[in-house]
Amino acid sequence: MTLQGGAVIAEAVTSPEPRPGRRVRDVGLGRWLLPVYATLALLFLLIPIAYTFVFSFNDSLKSNISWRGFTLDNWTGVCDAQDVCQAFGNSILIAVVATVIATTLGTMIAIALVRYRFRSRSSISLLLFLPMATPEVVLGAGLAAQFLAAGVQKGLVTVIIAHTMFCISFVVVTVKARVSSLDPALEEAGRDLYGSPGQVFWRVTFPLLLPGIVAAALLSFALSFDDFIITNFNSGAATTFPKFIYVAAARGIPAEANVIASAVFILAISLVVASQVTSALRKRRQAALS
Amino acid sequence: MAFTAFATGTAKEQAPRRAGKIALLLLLPGIAYLALFFLVPLVSLVITSLQAPAEFGDIGEYQNAFQWQNYVLAIEQYGTQILRSFLYALLATTFALLFSYPLAYFIGVKARRWPLLQNLMLVLVIAPFFISFLLRTLAWKQLLSDESFVVTSLKALSLLGQDDYITGTPVAVVFGLTYNFIPFMTLPLYASLERLDTRYLEAGSDLYSSPFTTFRTITVPLSMPGIVSGVLLTFIPAAGDYVNASRQFLGGTGTTMVGNVIESNFLISLNYPAAASLSIILMAAILVLVTAYVRRSGTEDLL
Repeated sequence: MTLQGGAVIAEAVTSPEPRPGRRVRDVGLGRWLLPVYATLALLFLLIPIAYTFVFSFNDSLKSNISWRGFTLDNWTGVCDAQDVCQAFGNSILIAVVATVIATTLGTMIAIALVRYRFRSRSSISLLLFLPMATPEVVLGAGLAAQFLAAGVQKGLVTVIIAHTMFCISFVVVTVKARVSSLDPALEEAGRDLYGSPGQVFWRVTFPLLLPGIVAAALLSFALSFDDFIITNFNSGAATTFPKFIYVAAARGIPAEANVIASAVFILAISLVVASQVTSALRKRRQAALS
Repeated sequence: MAFTAFATGTAKEQAPRRAGKIALLLLLPGIAYLALFFLVPLVSLVITSLQAPAEFGDIGEYQNAFQWQNYVLAIEQYGTQILRSFLYALLATTFALLFSYPLAYFIGVKARRWPLLQNLMLVLVIAPFFISFLLRTLAWKQLLSDESFVVTSLKALSLLGQDDYITGTPVAVVFGLTYNFIPFMTLPLYASLERLDTRYLEAGSDLYSSPFTTFRTITVPLSMPGIVSGVLLTFIPAAGDYVNASRQFLGGTGTTMVGNVIESNFLISLNYPAAASLSIILMAAILVLVTAYVRRSGTEDLL
């Protein structure tokens, strides 16, 4: 996923609840044309995913290009291809550290932006907006030029610095929506009950913000995990999972890479579906109560 | 909308309290981080773009100078690649818009009756995000390769000559860019079509307008914010992309984009000033195009 992809996701996460269904009269465009098109379009989007998944079971030799037969070996022995696993581990490490730092810094900014008035507000908003609107190749080359000028050796640390930088803006957008929807009366109640500022924050504000913070963290993780362009400029000799694929693309990708990508895909999709189902159930329960 | 949240969000804030030490403490670390690792790098990019080769230096050693000719040289040498990037990005954006609009319309308007279906379809739209961007592109490379089902059947139908191929051509690169950025177009379109008040459409048809006129004069203008943010979210990354056009992926020798040139100058030939000036040119061109586009489409409050 690229940065602009993150903006799209953040938009989906923060957009208001869909309006209740209302019967829509068909205005032109044959009754069946549109549903059929939508189905075909969605199937088209899934083609490369299906391909990657199917070829994770390919009994391949060095390069995983033509189908040679079904096997489970790639799944059972993922880490036989050590360099893939190493790259995957690096990606996880980078994504976790960058997510923790970016979520902390971004949440603090989001709270300040909603709760306080200050003069430099619009320039701060611009500073947060710009990284999302800059092409990744420019962000990557810029940081690399700075590391070069400062004589910093590129490696895992510089990748983490870079990923944290582009994740902050997305955390701010996602958490800000949650802070705006928070009822200030709840915090007032906490203060009225003699809660110290710290207690009010950790017992009232933080739990209420948590869904937004979790969404922001997941988004940061996904952005960092799949980033290639910025990583390529700032990683030096360190590899990440996407960088491994880019380098290996010339001589053939081992099927283990397909296994890892498919597993990550299944995990992510299950998380999304699970959250959809629980929120649907919660809504139904709330509707039953009221 | 996320892409516009910063610009539009200020109007409806709930009476913010006055600034205090707390606000400063909350803002300072994050803002300092962005200043240090986003703003300062942009400045170093400008400085690097004006550097000249160091005297008696090795390859990849440069000293600060005011070599503005770097820009002239970059445009002279890589003008084709710069223009090509914008052409490919424009084509990919157009195709993505044509592909996504009916899909987003179906999810956002027709499927309103079934919220569960709506959510499921949205999950499918963003599903490609959850599998590695590079593997997705490589999958297309295999699916469009010379012995693939697609190519052999196109040849059987005589839609493709016997010696023709798809991978390595501009067609493949534009196809890859379109595919990879479709979700970026569909989601903003969905977000604005979902809020479309269908009573306007009924009013249009009550006033005897044809379905096409209703679509052109009501639906499209009302979904303009979605179109604008979808176009920006697709165009910006497509213009700077270098994965699709790379030779190991969907591109060939004649499809090099400005991103590829920046990458090879920076990481392979260690010509940092050339890479930096190309980056600055790319960013400036995108800023100019985006501003002009937003002005023209009459949604200036977006920026």
